[in-house]
Amino acid sequence: MSGADFVPFSLVPLLIGCLAAVACALPGNFLILRRQALIGDAISHVVLPGIVMAFLVTGTIAAIPMLIGAAAAALIAVAAIEGIRRFGRIEPGAAMGVVFTSMFAAGVLILELSDTSGVHLDVEHALYGNLESLIWLDATGWASLTDPVALAGLPPELGRIAVVALLIVALLALFWRPLAISTFDEGFAATLGLPVGAIGLGLVIVSAIAAVAAFDAVGSIIVIAMFICPPAAARLVTDRLVHQVLWSVAFALISAVLGYVLAGYGPLWLGFGNSVSAAGMIATVSGVILALTAIAGPKRRRI
Amino acid sequence: MFLDALTFQLGYNASLVGLGAALLGVAAGATGTFLFLRKRALVSDAISHATLPGVALAFIAMSLAGFDGRNLGILLAGSAVSAAAGLIAVQWLSSQTRLSEDAAIGAVLSVFFGFGIVLLTVIQNMATSGQAGLEGLLLGSTAGMLFSDAVLIAAGGAAALALVLVFRRPMTIASFDPGYARSAGIDVGRTDLIMMGLVMGVTVIGLKVVGLILIVALLIIPPVAARFWTERADRVALIAGGIGGVSGWVGAAISASTPNLPTGPIIVLTAFGLFCASLLFAPARGLVAAGFRHRRFQRGVHIRQGLLSLAQGHPIYEPLTIRLLTAERLARADGVATDDGRARAARALRDETRWQVARRTPEFELAAARYDGLTQIEDVLTPDQIAQIDAQIGPPKGVPA
Repeated sequence: MSGADFVPFSLVPLLIGCLAAVACALPGNFLILRRQALIGDAISHVVLPGIVMAFLVTGTIAAIPMLIGAAAAALIAVAAIEGIRRFGRIEPGAAMGVVFTSMFAAGVLILELSDTSGVHLDVEHALYGNLESLIWLDATGWASLTDPVALAGLPPELGRIAVVALLIVALLALFWRPLAISTFDEGFAATLGLPVGAIGLGLVIVSAIAAVAAFDAVGSIIVIAMFICPPAAARLVTDRLVHQVLWSVAFALISAVLGYVLAGYGPLWLGFGNSVSAAGMIATVSGVILALTAIAGPKRRRI
Repeated sequence: MFLDALTFQLGYNASLVGLGAALLGVAAGATGTFLFLRKRALVSDAISHATLPGVALAFIAMSLAGFDGRNLGILLAGSAVSAAAGLIAVQWLSSQTRLSEDAAIGAVLSVFFGFGIVLLTVIQNMATSGQAGLEGLLLGSTAGMLFSDAVLIAAGGAAALALVLVFRRPMTIASFDPGYARSAGIDVGRTDLIMMGLVMGVTVIGLKVVGLILIVALLIIPPVAARFWTERADRVALIAGGIGGVSGWVGAAISASTPNLPTGPIIVLTAFGLFCASLLFAPARGLVAAGFRHRRFQRGVHIRQGLLSLAQGHPIYEPLTIRLLTAERLARADGVATDDGRARAARALRDETRWQVARRTPEFELAAARYDGLTQIEDVLTPDQIAQIDAQIGPPKGVPA
């Protein structure tokens, strides 16, 4: 594979896929340990109405309003779930099910009712993204990586997901100890004077930011898969939190690279003409990794 | 147009679809009740997303064999097979590994759905006809439905409903108390299997009408809404069935009269509207009723404490207490008791003093446990017992003006 082919067409989607996978897998580790894995599922559903509303208000597909809209929708969803759980005395799983399906339905309906034909916003895109279309047309080969003119033509999604991934890594490093303590023993964390409620909410907000940034580039299905599969697989490999986080990053990267390559080139190897959905394939590979660790992972059993 | 659709005037197919959606809603609401009571509502999310690869594989297999890939019966059979695989994967992951059930649900739903998306893009590349029908299974579409499809949905909804009716007793007992169910001779494992089988059946039938992303809403929202109205399991199932049925019926009617809208979201939002109404206005557990109860309680406490202060000549600083007392004409705005207020205050003080004595007397220990500052002692003790207490207190004293 020559640089003239690879750099313009595959490098950027590959990078975006990797960054999105890592950005989702990192908070996913803590969601899994807190038994809140399905928060990721809920968030990635409610992002849709937020983005649609942001589009209807501003009239354009711009990054910042969409990010704000999606974050607002995520917060509304969390508040609604908590409200139904507390005031209605309904168990959290069912409360979540009520809120995210209704908000997703509202998003689909608004999308179908409003005129979005002029812009690239539809339900299919929301579900499985458009990783393959994020190509870097200004690039001619590896040399373009040092060419400022060509670099200016990079798809904006790359910059956004890179910033979000860095932000998540930084937040994780900064709040590692309180996050770890409150995840494993909330009562102990509270006696130490840690604001456990704020830490829990912060984790949800960080997850929402990761979901929105990844959603923008790769669609909600990868978001859910990456929140859950790599951390779950890592959980079956090790008992130590640091190792689990590192393993989950490794699994996320393997899923993204292998999934992208299999989707782009796998059908060609099998003699078919066209590629298949990269987002779907990345989710599939992460599932295969989880299946392998569930069958043979050293720490797969309950103690 | 909408009214025509509601009253089944829009032609044979649309009527069948409306009937099918209503039956499906009833079956989904009733089935979902047991899932909800078993606290496994979100398992249905994994099951519904897991149908996609089966649908796509069935389509590919039929196309390769040279048939029209849109045969709904075979697509639904394929979806049932992969939904079962997804369900087995959830069970296996949560029982055989250390992963909790929610992680297993999330992993299965995202991986199966992702693999389904891969297969959908394979189908797009196959350049065969009839692919548009598959997109409709994501969000539901009743427009242009074939007569045979409508019959299939109506019959499937009726069959699911009949099965719920047959198995309602064991499912109720097993979802409340698996241990008791086992001792009562009910095979809990098999009952769970029947429950999950019903969930799968409802999901598969609902694919065409509601779509696989939102069918889970029809299993979760009606039971949660119904839970606000009653504390009895059989009535929850009944009301949930009603809410689901109305949602399906109204949603299908709206969708039939405005053909460009996907059916699923409309049905789900109808159900959500009924949920909101239940959350607000249900008599015992609704928010409005709870608000009224809270106000009444607050009022009772303030008036009682205000009367006790009047009786003992203490000044009242709490503005709400003064407001409530003046509204009842028990005190003036400056906190001085009216004649009526003095009489009531004397009675309140007497009641309070009787309670104090009763709580000191071991003989009245059980009754005294009901002291909450609001209950009148006459409601708890007999006149003889009160006379016995009064003998210790002495005659009534005047209230300082």
